[in-house]
Amino acid sequence: MSTLTATREARRPEVTVLDVDAIVARTNPHNTLRQTVSQTMSMAWRATKKMRRNPEQFFDVTFQPIIFTVMFAYVFGGAIAGDVKSYLPLMIPGILAQTVLTTCMATGVQLREDMDKGVFDRFKSLPIARIAPLAGPMVADLLRYTIAATLTFAMGMVIGYRPGGGVLGVTAAILLAIFTGWCLAWAFTWIGTIAKSAQAVQGFSMMILFPLTFLSNAFVGINTLPDGLATFVKINPVSHLVTAARDLANNGQVTSEVWWTLLAGLIVIAIFAPLSVRSYKKHL
Amino acid sequence: MPTTTNAVQATGLVKTFGTFNAVDGIDLEVRQGEIFGVLGPNGAGKTTMLKMLATLHAIDGGSASIFGVDVAKEPHRIRQLLGVTGQYASVDENLTATENLWLFGRLQGVSSKEAKDTAARLLGQFALEEAADKPISQFSGGMRRRLDLAASLITRPPLIFLDEPTTGLDPRTRGQMWDTIRGLVADGSTILLTTQYLDEADQLADRIAVIDRGVKVAEGTPDELKSSVGDSTLQLQLADGADQNLALDVVRRIVGQEPVLTPESGRLNVGLDLADGAADVLIGLRQAGVSITSVSVDKPTLDEVFLALTGHDTGTAETTHDEELETVR
Repeated sequence: MSTLTATREARRPEVTVLDVDAIVARTNPHNTLRQTVSQTMSMAWRATKKMRRNPEQFFDVTFQPIIFTVMFAYVFGGAIAGDVKSYLPLMIPGILAQTVLTTCMATGVQLREDMDKGVFDRFKSLPIARIAPLAGPMVADLLRYTIAATLTFAMGMVIGYRPGGGVLGVTAAILLAIFTGWCLAWAFTWIGTIAKSAQAVQGFSMMILFPLTFLSNAFVGINTLPDGLATFVKINPVSHLVTAARDLANNGQVTSEVWWTLLAGLIVIAIFAPLSVRSYKKHL
Repeated sequence: MPTTTNAVQATGLVKTFGTFNAVDGIDLEVRQGEIFGVLGPNGAGKTTMLKMLATLHAIDGGSASIFGVDVAKEPHRIRQLLGVTGQYASVDENLTATENLWLFGRLQGVSSKEAKDTAARLLGQFALEEAADKPISQFSGGMRRRLDLAASLITRPPLIFLDEPTTGLDPRTRGQMWDTIRGLVADGSTILLTTQYLDEADQLADRIAVIDRGVKVAEGTPDELKSSVGDSTLQLQLADGADQNLALDVVRRIVGQEPVLTPESGRLNVGLDLADGAADVLIGLRQAGVSITSVSVDKPTLDEVFLALTGHDTGTAETTHDEELETVR
């Protein structure tokens, strides 16, 4: 016993003494806004590294716009608009909205997967803003929205779409879609923080996604729908995005639909960002 | 001691999951500059307690402060004072070792350049330079643990929590980890570590608390704790289980204390103050005509400390108790 004690002491010859009071005095009670932004950008950096090392994460944003654009154009074009070419101005903004929404869903699924990993334990134990681990990946996802939106228009033009709004109109439509996607992603992030598994997020998000995209004017005109359905379609925020994108891309017009879309997006953030942070904290 | 403030001061900590109290009223006092060991079996509540102190679990009852800062009221300050290394390496699989350390530095407000320098210094200190630019997926268990510990030290926190730092490591890596931990204390840090191994607590800790089912059952220096079970243990396997009562009498007479029956039939553990005492017991048994199939003398295990302190072993108590009755019958 005595030998053990002796070795223990012999192994710690010089001990540095920390001035703990000074260290405690240097701690901050809260993160400043600047710190929060910087932490979010660090988390965004992490997410882009992850994307680069797992390129399969880009499959949904590359193949879906290409395949869906071609598929919908040739399957529904003749039936809905008489021919493919006259269907494109109606359909491309619809596909744009649909693609962006699917990308949002991936945000929630990936967050859920990520949160189960050990590194999130460390994020929680660090003095960082609780919103940073959620907002960081979403900032990186802006890249995914941009790819998805741009590819949708590019593919449309390959099969004969000639947007009347010109470069400016199309760019505006793409930016609006990216913004809306980013706002709506907060709702899926919230689902990501409350669901038990990534599969659950996927399943639940699909149930929301399908009615939202198909019960809108994304692929057909509202005048073809029965009254009750038409009412829902008119208030569906996806319809506002689709109409706004059509006005911008096809006519180069900034209509009131743009403002409705922006407002709807901000409302979604105002509701779901705090909910997400709260439920993320609960996960501790 | 530079000041009288304790590194950790906790009173009556309670954590409830549903109706189950994972931590059931634990008091803890960790002094500055010491290594404090929390010893206990799986599921004793060690990790839960650590997580409460690290602001990762809400405190359901009692109170805790770290260097005088209230854990429940000022979690953000607490997170700046702590380095936490969990049971499972909490580093990012998608990043390299350098990128991991750089990210954790940046997140804590270290400038990009300084974070890079710190990462290089820590990787050197933990013998990970060669793996600096490899993805973590190629790391061995020991390397991950070291990287994980390095990640906790970026801002040189004055208090470090180590949750089972050597569980699953091979003996050589384990020894290296012990040296690293001693080095941290020499640099002025205070360490609170949990372990399932008595020898680890014995090697490292200045003081130990033994936790069982959410309750602290003992506290003291390693020497005090071990003296409760003797310095070594004589393990005997009798050739004939029927000799058990006779053997018990012999041992009581020679050692002067009650031997411990293990669940296996005809097996006894005898606590000894000195390993030399084993010979006396063996001679006594030979004279009494008790034949033995195997003998060994060992350091007391956590199981024995537990038996001595709690009256049940580290497994589920109910079954063990039944088995013991079986053995006696």
